[in-house]
Amino acid sequence: MTLREPQGHPEHGRGVKAVYGLYPDGHAAQQAVSRLHAAGVLDRDITIQSAQPMEDFEFGHRDKATWMWWIACAGGLIGMLSALGLAWLTEMSWPIDVGGLPIFAWWPNLIIIFELTMLGAILATVITLVVTARLGRGSAIYDAEVSDGKILVGVTNPPDSALANLEAALTAPAGAQLKKLS
Amino acid sequence: MSSVPSPSHDQINNDLLRPLLRTSWKFYVVVAILGAIVVTALAAWLTQMYLGFGISGIRWPVYWGFYVTSFVFWIGISHAGTLISAILRLVDAGWRRPVTRCAEVITVFALMIGAMFPIIHLGRPWLAFWLFPYPSERLIWPNFRSPLVWDFFAINTYLTGSVMFLFLPMIPDFAVVRDKSTGLRRRIYTLLALGWRGTPKQWHRLETAMGIMAVAIVPVAVSVHTIVSFDFSMAPVPMWQSTIFGPYFVAGAIFSGIAGLLIAMAVLRRALHLERYLHPIHFENLGKLLLVMALLWGYFVFNERLVTYYGNEPSEMAVFWRTQRESFAPLYWTMVIANFVLPLVLMGIKRFRTITGCVIASFGVVLGMWLERFLIIVPSLGHKYLPYSYGTYRPQPVEIIIAGATFAAMALLYVFFVKLVPIISIWELKAGDHHPPVVTQPATEEHRLRELPS
Repeated sequence: MTLREPQGHPEHGRGVKAVYGLYPDGHAAQQAVSRLHAAGVLDRDITIQSAQPMEDFEFGHRDKATWMWWIACAGGLIGMLSALGLAWLTEMSWPIDVGGLPIFAWWPNLIIIFELTMLGAILATVITLVVTARLGRGSAIYDAEVSDGKILVGVTNPPDSALANLEAALTAPAGAQLKKLS
Repeated sequence: MSSVPSPSHDQINNDLLRPLLRTSWKFYVVVAILGAIVVTALAAWLTQMYLGFGISGIRWPVYWGFYVTSFVFWIGISHAGTLISAILRLVDAGWRRPVTRCAEVITVFALMIGAMFPIIHLGRPWLAFWLFPYPSERLIWPNFRSPLVWDFFAINTYLTGSVMFLFLPMIPDFAVVRDKSTGLRRRIYTLLALGWRGTPKQWHRLETAMGIMAVAIVPVAVSVHTIVSFDFSMAPVPMWQSTIFGPYFVAGAIFSGIAGLLIAMAVLRRALHLERYLHPIHFENLGKLLLVMALLWGYFVFNERLVTYYGNEPSEMAVFWRTQRESFAPLYWTMVIANFVLPLVLMGIKRFRTITGCVIASFGVVLGMWLERFLIIVPSLGHKYLPYSYGTYRPQPVEIIIAGATFAAMALLYVFFVKLVPIISIWELKAGDHHPPVVTQPATEEHRLRELPS
């Protein structure tokens, strides 16, 4: 175990107090999370960061529930209705008789309806991802060593009274590297 | 049994970030050569605009020549990436990980290049807005049921979806580049990384989003080339009005797309020293897919030809014989050899299914598929129902330069992309733990006995 202050990193939260550990593998990170739980820290107060999805571990399954599929369906529905409106308005505004076919013809319009339905679903998915994954908003703790494969487990703004317990929990797993922001 | 050790996370970072962080003189030479070809094509296009469309070989009755051939060809090539990547994601094929991004990039750039051709084909591109429906003094009344309107919606949906499908999984990799770089580069990648931290929530959302995108993009990709085929099959032109054109075009598009992907992978492997990531097994798997598509292509061509022959309709038979034993026969049989015979031999015989074999077969397929598009367009337009509409087409230098330079444009865009973004998804490689394929020798009785506990 090593204990040292983190090196300056522009991504670190400014004015944020935090204590976190960096772990070489998922097992050590899982131990740290479990020990934090045992120390009475709630899931919502624990920050975890990794360079890849960690679905083999319990902590990798946090915050899994999402409405994204339903939102994508809603986006598709909006796209479909927009396509219907667009096709109706344009074809009725420029009513050309082509070989006696109906002015508003379903068969050719189905293609436009299909494309805009899919476009609506795709755009709704991307917007939902940006909003729910909090992209563009950063987070209080970050360490560039995460990109090297380390897994970060930490607690933001811990009460001073709990600091010793948290440090003990975070340094217990093998290969732990403790860092503090103050 | 032989196996290659898995690269560590540090090795993955170093290998895949090397092209971004270091620039050799070869990069500048390649950019200069490709850039010169692209600039030549731009000059040719400007000349065409200045002197008029008359300097091209496109004239009545063959109004679609090299430009529309290239349009259909590049839209076909675009099927390499997003469609193949989406299918492999949906079936959770582990070997896809080093391949997907190489493929997705092809889609985006091929669509961009393909979508340029209708504009080049306009002759006076600054008047493109005349196509838009708006109340004007010219009383334009566009037909919204035209297949060209379908093209607009399909290509734009596919392009938007493909750009998103490419960009979303790049976000975690941008974060890696951000953490590994300094100065201006760091600021740029900080913006691109969108504050990515790699929390479990972010990973779940990203993977769910990729799942939804994969489901959405497969039917869109199929629809795009079906709709491109409708540009032909909705017209009363001999050998065009065919119900088989939709699946025939889609199969051809995937076929040429796989060939394009194999070529790109082989070049990347050699140029960026990615031997540790792009294994012969990746080429072999895609080579088998190329073989399947070659057989499917042959099946569609047989169907198209047999039905036309059996129908014996005079105007269709005229086009039929023009391609099979008259003026277009050399091109037709070159196409058959390049698209069917060559991949069948090289990909069908295991000994030839090497990286070199895949590349040779792929070059053949790219050539053959370009010829296929040309042979669908020109012989039919030059020989419609009545003799007054018979004519021929001779491509002029301006068309040859522009159509040829698009290959250089594709390569140039690819080179720039590789310079800016890791060409293999770093996080997906790590997530898959990247166990390299293990080549197992066939078991013998002796092996089995030796493996028994004593």
